[in-house]
Amino acid sequence: MGKMSLKIALPKGRLLAETAALLKRAGWGLEEYREKTRLYRLHSETIPGLFAKVFHERDIPIQVAIGNYDLGICGLDWVEELLAKYPSSAVEKVKDLGYGAGVLHLVASKANGAPASMDEVSSLAGGIRIASEYPNLAESLALNLRLRQFSIFPLWGGAEVYPPESADLALVPGRKRQRLFDYGLASLGEVQRYSAFLIANKDRWQSKDLGELASSLETALAAGDLRLPAAEVAKEPVALKARRAGDVAGDTVRLALPDGHQQQPTLDLLNKAGIEITDYPSPQGNRRPLINLDGVTVKVIRPQDMPLQVANGNFDLAITGRDWLREHLYQFPSSPASEISDLGFGKVRIVAVVSQDMAVSDIYGLRQLIGEESKSLRVASEYVNIADKYARDNHLGGYRIVPTWGATEAFLPEDADLLIENTQTGRTIAKHKLKIIDTLGQSSACLVASARGEASPGKRARMDSLINSLRMAVEDV
Amino acid sequence: MRVRQCKGFRDLSPQEMGRFRFIAQAFRDCCFGWGFSEVRTPTLEYLHLFTATGTLTPGMLGRVYSFLDWDGWSGQRVVLRPDGTIPVARFYIDNLAGKGLAKLFYLANIFRFEETGEEARERWQGGVELIGVSSPLADVELTVMALEVLSRVGVSGVGLRLSHAGIIRSLLSRLGLSPREQARVFDQILDGDSEALAEIKSRRPRLGKALAALLELRGDSSAALKEVKALFDHGLPEITPHMDNMISVAELLEAVGCRYQIDIASGRGFEYYTGVIFELYKDGRKLGGGGRYDALIPLMGGGDIPASGFALYLDPLMDLVTPEASSRPQARRVLIRTEPKVIGRGFDIARRLREAGCVAELQLEGQEPADFGWLLELKDKAPFFVLTDRARQQRFELKDADGVLELVGGEDVA
Repeated sequence: MGKMSLKIALPKGRLLAETAALLKRAGWGLEEYREKTRLYRLHSETIPGLFAKVFHERDIPIQVAIGNYDLGICGLDWVEELLAKYPSSAVEKVKDLGYGAGVLHLVASKANGAPASMDEVSSLAGGIRIASEYPNLAESLALNLRLRQFSIFPLWGGAEVYPPESADLALVPGRKRQRLFDYGLASLGEVQRYSAFLIANKDRWQSKDLGELASSLETALAAGDLRLPAAEVAKEPVALKARRAGDVAGDTVRLALPDGHQQQPTLDLLNKAGIEITDYPSPQGNRRPLINLDGVTVKVIRPQDMPLQVANGNFDLAITGRDWLREHLYQFPSSPASEISDLGFGKVRIVAVVSQDMAVSDIYGLRQLIGEESKSLRVASEYVNIADKYARDNHLGGYRIVPTWGATEAFLPEDADLLIENTQTGRTIAKHKLKIIDTLGQSSACLVASARGEASPGKRARMDSLINSLRMAVEDV
Repeated sequence: MRVRQCKGFRDLSPQEMGRFRFIAQAFRDCCFGWGFSEVRTPTLEYLHLFTATGTLTPGMLGRVYSFLDWDGWSGQRVVLRPDGTIPVARFYIDNLAGKGLAKLFYLANIFRFEETGEEARERWQGGVELIGVSSPLADVELTVMALEVLSRVGVSGVGLRLSHAGIIRSLLSRLGLSPREQARVFDQILDGDSEALAEIKSRRPRLGKALAALLELRGDSSAALKEVKALFDHGLPEITPHMDNMISVAELLEAVGCRYQIDIASGRGFEYYTGVIFELYKDGRKLGGGGRYDALIPLMGGGDIPASGFALYLDPLMDLVTPEASSRPQARRVLIRTEPKVIGRGFDIARRLREAGCVAELQLEGQEPADFGWLLELKDKAPFFVLTDRARQQRFELKDADGVLELVGGEDVA
């Protein structure tokens, strides 16, 4: 193969094992691309000029479309999610790689009164709430179903736990012809089939000779099944139960607890407050654990999604990070979501980060540098609105925000110039040869509620009691 | 770093604005002349104003500029107005419901995404809505009005294409589709998707053939329509009232001497039409169009109110008009040069000259007398006013401003 430079974006997560097996068979010489690898940047040992970087799957179509990468491998679902909103994105769908197949289903609760088919959805009157990690596909579905009034709740994860209390419908991944889903949900129809795809930047696909690489994948695919030994295939999930009767009674307090790494400190705090909770953190990923408080129900959702959910009245109380509350309020200043108590744990700093190779030591230096080089600054962050406000307030010229879905440190220096990140110790930042040039603020876990406070006296009393016991537990450190 | 205008959007130069205002003025004069009143609705509306079934097709809704604004935490999206009629219908329901007939017009920009960025994503249109009347006479009045505007701005050789949404719908109702499917096929046909028609042909050959025959129908008289009507009368009685309606409109158009072409497949993207649809075009470019939308106001919750309307597209029209120069002739332009001590008098006489209909400017750096018919120099001692008629190369020394006004303003200064 030629000596030109070729860049490919490879997925972390669910597609990694099969993609690594495919590339190995195709002889791409990216041996370090494997499960649990700590390397994000890989140079091929066999193909000169081939450079690979590992991304969250959802970032890959964007990275390929904007031309940072010539090729990418990711699920078709994320390609279609991008194209649903930005149809002119420069993404070429080159080859269906076959593995990692699934279907996005529109699901609703099996409970009485919930819609049982797509046609019934179309005929529903009033506002319909759709929760999904795929907000663009959900919106075009809503338009095609001719929904008159609808709200899309974009999510970072856990869409399946939202219906029926927190959303009427959810758009979730499943299997082909799957009828029933966890938490008592049923499919109303298949919306989008997907599997791993080789994609290319449209311009590069026409101007660069990428055909040889693509056909090496084709040969490797043709050589046989890529399926992994049974032990490595993710286990069939344990069927998770639907809500209990009475969960949605008017006086019930709906509490949202975080998934991910804030689970243990959250559990510790609850225990300290004398609150017992079963199956949290859950080894099966159960998002509806049981709590020993009368009139309180719990759902486990992503902390990023909580402020919007509280604002919309889908939860009464939520334990999330102040960073995510601030991110939400920067986007929607009139939102009723507000902090009612600092919970003390999960302390992080929100920082501005650049590569150690960049000859600046603070934000003023950075501003001067972009003024001299008159180029536009790429600002990568999971906190799109915090990053946007920071860049705006600091007059960072014609900047662009690159939204990311994790592992943001890997974006510097090739794919972004500035990061807005959170850090506990700064060690990860240093390890990636990056440096902090500014601190935007502190964040820690906090209790969030709606400032509108439209609760019945009974519910109000339950909320106050829960808030008080958490406050006392925090003070009793 | 140079920042250009957004892709798909355009600047209008002084010359283009001259043509824009010329068309806008003719349009407004014509509307006022027919007894219509002007309204203006906001640029931003809630998206769900446009998502109601029977308003815009999903194809068009997929190309609107919608987003969550600062208040968007409830998930309610807002949209840059993608259509002119629906906001006016909302205005009618909010402000004029129950007051019967309303004759409204507007001049507005509408926003629709177009993928290549080579065509305009912001377009200007002058629209007219006649609300509360269902007669064919109203449809014909609107058609005649649209043609009158075009004639006033000097655009000739305009073609008129006639279609009827009711005819297509009644044929589709025979396909035995669910309401959702039927709406989808109607959208596809209006979105210009020929596959939809091919699919119907393969599934229901006889109906598909009838539909194809209708969509391919071309003719330029009510007689042609009557012939087609006779073909359908037995098998499809539900099509008869729509055919009769179209024939009435066609006959009225003939009575007022309007020539037209029948083309049932025109009227793309606007699902709200229920009756006659008309399109105006010249050399293959669409200059405007309109039609009857009796179901729109009922769908929006405004009661059983019929309506029809049209819009003329200013962007293609601007390429076709050649207005007389919109700026004042040089003979009426005065350049005023003052000494610093008498600057107050300079501004004073400039104001009086403008009131007399002249262009009067105080000289700034870079301004040359060559562009002006007159040069007026103000001095702090006699002669206070020195006026030069540059065309006739005459020089006048005057004691007061009245003398200047008399010479420059001519008979306008009464």
